[in-house]
Amino acid sequence: MIADNAWLDGLIRMGAIALAMPLSVIILTYLERKISGRLQQRLGPMRVGPYGILQGLADTIKLLTKEDLRPQTADRWTFELAPFAVMVPVFLAFVTLPFTADLFVRNLELGLFFIIAVSGVSIVGFVMAGWGSDNKYALLGGARAAAQLISYEIPLVLAVVAVAMIAYTPEAGRGSLNLVEIVDGQGRVPFIVWQPLAFFIFLVAGLAELYRQPFDIPVAESEVVGGPFIEYSGIRWSMFQMAEFVSMVLISVLASLLFLGGWNWPLGNGAGIALQVPLIFVKTSFFILLFIWLRFSLPRLRIDQMMQFCWQVLLPFALLQIIINGWVLVYGWPDWTLGVSSGALTLVAGYLTYRAARQAAEQPVSPRLHRVGSVM
Amino acid sequence: MSYEEVIFYFVAAVTVLGALGVVVARNVVHSALFLILALLAVAGVFILLSAEFLAIVQILIYGGAVTILILFVMMLTRVRDMPQALDGPQRPFAALAAGAFLALSVLAAVSSDWPGETEKITVVPFRELGDALFRIWAVPFEVASLVLLVALIGAIILARSEEGE
Repeated sequence: MIADNAWLDGLIRMGAIALAMPLSVIILTYLERKISGRLQQRLGPMRVGPYGILQGLADTIKLLTKEDLRPQTADRWTFELAPFAVMVPVFLAFVTLPFTADLFVRNLELGLFFIIAVSGVSIVGFVMAGWGSDNKYALLGGARAAAQLISYEIPLVLAVVAVAMIAYTPEAGRGSLNLVEIVDGQGRVPFIVWQPLAFFIFLVAGLAELYRQPFDIPVAESEVVGGPFIEYSGIRWSMFQMAEFVSMVLISVLASLLFLGGWNWPLGNGAGIALQVPLIFVKTSFFILLFIWLRFSLPRLRIDQMMQFCWQVLLPFALLQIIINGWVLVYGWPDWTLGVSSGALTLVAGYLTYRAARQAAEQPVSPRLHRVGSVM
Repeated sequence: MSYEEVIFYFVAAVTVLGALGVVVARNVVHSALFLILALLAVAGVFILLSAEFLAIVQILIYGGAVTILILFVMMLTRVRDMPQALDGPQRPFAALAAGAFLALSVLAAVSSDWPGETEKITVVPFRELGDALFRIWAVPFEVASLVLLVALIGAIILARSEEGE
């Protein structure tokens, strides 16, 4: 408790999050440009400040002072409220996200479920932006965003369910949706060892939820010219940008909590408060760097490939993982069976995807897929 | 007025305004957006009743999935060009039916004998909820899933036959 009054305490904690997140977005935009420069053998921003470290600040000032344009034929309220509908749910998810054992706004009993449910609401914002802009590319992008984000939410939820099933708490045995309990319940071995399949499904689905390359189909510049954001400028555009980076932080923190043991050492637990912050920071940074790296390494998927991968690979394997977890729990098999079966399934899923990709590369695209591509 | 009451009246007002917006808005997409607002506000009522699980399910299903599919279909069918589609020759019948239903509901609400003091709300742990759903009421649960499955297969068959395959 920071303050005596529960309401004041919550407000202060939420205020701290609301201040820290824009700051981290400024740093992340600079980092992303710098890393992309590295990967493409150029320097990246160098002009503003030494090594361009003030570039993020300069961009912020530019975006805040730019004119807030609205197309004359746009649907006024839908257009203007869409950035809020995208950003507010992302920030709401931080209400229950624990950074260390004591550093959170509120530790909800259903925290994990809350985060998944609330962050799903932001899809409404993309649809609002796409429809309200009165622009055909925005509409196409909005439709693509709705299709992609809804589809990939299902494997994401199922992967999270697999982890929640085997989370161990001393009081109630297996099964928990409380994020602090899930982290503490990992004990000495993080869940990535017991649930590699769920980890990969979470990572891929999380990347798709962030609509970053190779899943940037809703906002693809060369196809729909920025998709739902095409007509936005200035502060409203930067709100979309901020939501994207904040959800990247959200997914990264969530991945390190669920699969890498959160604020604990990789093969032990009970790190002191002074070590918990650096530990979660390093784990989260790992995922953020991975997402940035992937962005500049992989080509964009086609929309039919994206859909097929979700419904034919991720979804069945996520269900398999849940069924196996159920068997292990019901029959009381030892923990190593979880790791072995999940690891074997990961290899099978990888091989099947590889084979399907090879076959698809050899065959011409069927006319039916051409038609799907033309609609979306 | 306690803060619970303040929150209740706020949430109730948002629900009612959202529901009004659904029927009053001339644009179908606006109606759908108001529907999302009303359904999210209902989740607030659930939280006030300490039914956290129900509230989160409400947000997940109605805020994040069902209504988006409604919007998705609307966006792809160019509803904006035909705002008059909401109107029709059956208007008086619709008004009559809606009025009768409203009168009945108000009558039922006024004539029923509400107990002044309600019991203190006890929070049901979601573990018990899961136990009840999957052990005691497993068969009704499966029947409900079967209905959804049939609807799903029906939708696929309808979509397939339209493509002439």
